[in-house]
Amino acid sequence: MTTTPAPLVTAAGQATRATEHLGVTRLTNQALSSWLHGLPGVDQVGCDARAATLGTRSIKTTAKAWAIDLAISMIDLTTLEGADTPGKVRGLCTKALSPLPSDPTTPRPAAVCVYGDMVATAREVLGDSGIKVAAVATAFPSGRASMAVKLADTRDAVEAGADEIDMVIDRGAFLSGDYLTVFEQVAAVKEVCGTARLKVIMETGELVTYDNVRRASWLSMLAGADFIKTSTGKVSPAATLPVTLIMLEAVRDWREQTGQMVGVKPAGGIRTSKEAIKFLVAVNEVAGHGGAWLSPEYFRFGASSLLNDLLLQRQRMSTGAYSGADYIPDDSPSLY
Amino acid sequence: MPTFDYAPAPESRSVVDLSPSYGLFINGEFTEGTGSTFKTVSPATEEVLAEVTEASAADVDAAVAAARAAYTRVWSRMSGTDRGKYLYRIARILQERAREFAVLETLDNGKPIRESRDVDVPLAAAHFFYHAGWADKLDFAGLGTDPRPHGVVGQVIPWNFPLLMLAWKIAPALATGNTVVLKPAETTPLSALLFAEVCQQADLPPGVVNIVTGAGPTGQALVEHGDVDKVAFTGSTGVGKAIARSIAGTRKKATLELGGKAANIVYDDAPVDQAVEGIVNGIFFNQGHVCCAGSRLLVQESIAEEVEARLKRRLETLRVGDPLDKNTDVGAINSREQLDRITELAAAGEAEGAERWSPRCELPSKGFWFAPTVFTGVSQTHRIAQEEIFGPVLSVLTFRTPAEAVAKANNTPYGLSAGVWSEKGSLILWTADRLRAGVVWANTFNKFDPTSPFGGYKESGYGREGGRHGLEAYVRTGA
Repeated sequence: MTTTPAPLVTAAGQATRATEHLGVTRLTNQALSSWLHGLPGVDQVGCDARAATLGTRSIKTTAKAWAIDLAISMIDLTTLEGADTPGKVRGLCTKALSPLPSDPTTPRPAAVCVYGDMVATAREVLGDSGIKVAAVATAFPSGRASMAVKLADTRDAVEAGADEIDMVIDRGAFLSGDYLTVFEQVAAVKEVCGTARLKVIMETGELVTYDNVRRASWLSMLAGADFIKTSTGKVSPAATLPVTLIMLEAVRDWREQTGQMVGVKPAGGIRTSKEAIKFLVAVNEVAGHGGAWLSPEYFRFGASSLLNDLLLQRQRMSTGAYSGADYIPDDSPSLY
Repeated sequence: MPTFDYAPAPESRSVVDLSPSYGLFINGEFTEGTGSTFKTVSPATEEVLAEVTEASAADVDAAVAAARAAYTRVWSRMSGTDRGKYLYRIARILQERAREFAVLETLDNGKPIRESRDVDVPLAAAHFFYHAGWADKLDFAGLGTDPRPHGVVGQVIPWNFPLLMLAWKIAPALATGNTVVLKPAETTPLSALLFAEVCQQADLPPGVVNIVTGAGPTGQALVEHGDVDKVAFTGSTGVGKAIARSIAGTRKKATLELGGKAANIVYDDAPVDQAVEGIVNGIFFNQGHVCCAGSRLLVQESIAEEVEARLKRRLETLRVGDPLDKNTDVGAINSREQLDRITELAAAGEAEGAERWSPRCELPSKGFWFAPTVFTGVSQTHRIAQEEIFGPVLSVLTFRTPAEAVAKANNTPYGLSAGVWSEKGSLILWTADRLRAGVVWANTFNKFDPTSPFGGYKESGYGREGGRHGLEAYVRTGA
């Protein structure tokens, strides 16, 4: 699939756009604060209940086969370990190029997601296959570094050939109410990204409340996020269905207000086909708009072991029987 | 644009073993009645499911006699601990046969399998578990000194939650030491008859539970029977009033759980996305065949437009159709008679000038169906704001201040339930204090639990079911 290059946005341009959206003359922390705190609250019990009900949808036969293929095509196949080596990354990229050599009809995942220093290696293997190279940046996963370091980190990855940048927000700033800092950092990283698409990781496991998830989603979108993403995968809980539901509501409402489509990426903790399909049901029924988000362009799974479970289920759908884990090549066994 | 079409995911009918015809369950055995028979149909397809016996006055007499004998000889003499054992056993069997009950309930009633599977059957089992626990602790339930059973209880239940209403009635009656003659609704008798099998399976002493099927005259014979000590009824306000008249001046005690026209109040600081879910759950749960359904949406005028838009968008995703499909959200209307009533009231709403809207949805050609419907621009004086529709029809009204919301919410002859949506705790408490309704839900709707008493104000009836309050209705206390 082809992506139209995103227009180059400067941080200053992003701030101007934000002042217009908020209807203020100058973008201050107070302006952001009253805007974000004016969003309707999220009732946790109700949100959890809605997610649970969506989870009872029964996706069978043709619908299941369709959903499994879609889920595979939405995966950001990820390795983010201190122990990553060029060999490991090359293995993962080979897997992305050919998830199941015995069945060439198997779709490919959307991207391979690695640390910045592995971008060149991944790029080399993936070439012009259409599979994107995504890099985590901005002092991932904690984000605790100076702005100069974060920008250098991003620039590094982009120059090495990353198509997508997964940045982390400064959760400390967010939790202390310093929304302006979060905004400015996202906007600055966005500028450095150039044509690379920016995924903004909110680390919802550290934001804790659903109200915070909603506010962080809107703040990220205002600052120019192309995707909002739940988690680094290093903090528990990572991607949950209720949190993803709130983010889907946010991108849906943002589109109604601005006409812009922002993507959603739950990452971490989604390991089975069954879980993945629950997320797709939520995309279908919550984001709506005729299934506009049901595409790798606007919805991704940050995952590693999920791919092989989807492949196993896919085999089961076509052959009627389960093979075993040893019949699916595994290039990313964890060291832990 | 890709579309995610859910393939049909029907629950199998094979788990249910239907007989072509059913007798009455009297004194622990299925017996042929002396009256005529009638057919019960699946409202989703109009397929005849079985032939059921219409119990005559003589049959009711036999059932009451069996209940009296069981009360005198066995049940009233049994220790609470032993009664509890039977109730636990019934609860466990209900869980073990949950799928069978869910499928049967969906076939006979028309409700989606998702609801019978996730709500009706688990809650019915929970009621038996809960009351089993009380059976040997009645002295400590704060009901008064020396709580004793009334004797024989005559119970008449509606068609909207056939098994659950049976559990609400039978579990507390048995826990407190009463014996029961129960009449299920004529359009939904099958789960009660399957429950009779459960009583046999649990070795419940004969006569403790008797099930007589039939229509109005059977119910009347039961309620007016001279040897019935207490009457418990859930159903329409019209029939409830008739029962109250017929037992006036007798020794009989009664609990009546009748109609409702609940207000679901949405303040401007509500958690909007969850409120929309609550509105949907409030009126489209069980096709709106719920006495406590949130059939009047009272939304603060400042956010009315936004809430209506979000509600309509949400309703476009509701899946109406085959109740046995696990992805169905809204099933069939229970009977032609009920469909006619809903159709008539909806037409009245249009004629009175309210604006009618339904999502795009294809209704099956056979069976009894009514598309989810929303009326906006409704006034208090419209019939659709006053009368209980008992169907998937929501009337949307607006208000300006909390006081106006409360005044409009209370301006109805009914008072069964209400909902309040706000992020402000003090406003929720202020509102709940002033609502004349037996149940007030805050930031949720249609939540049921055996520990929580349920019942009405005004024409919604009297007495409570569930919790300690519910036990009270089934015991005498003092010297």
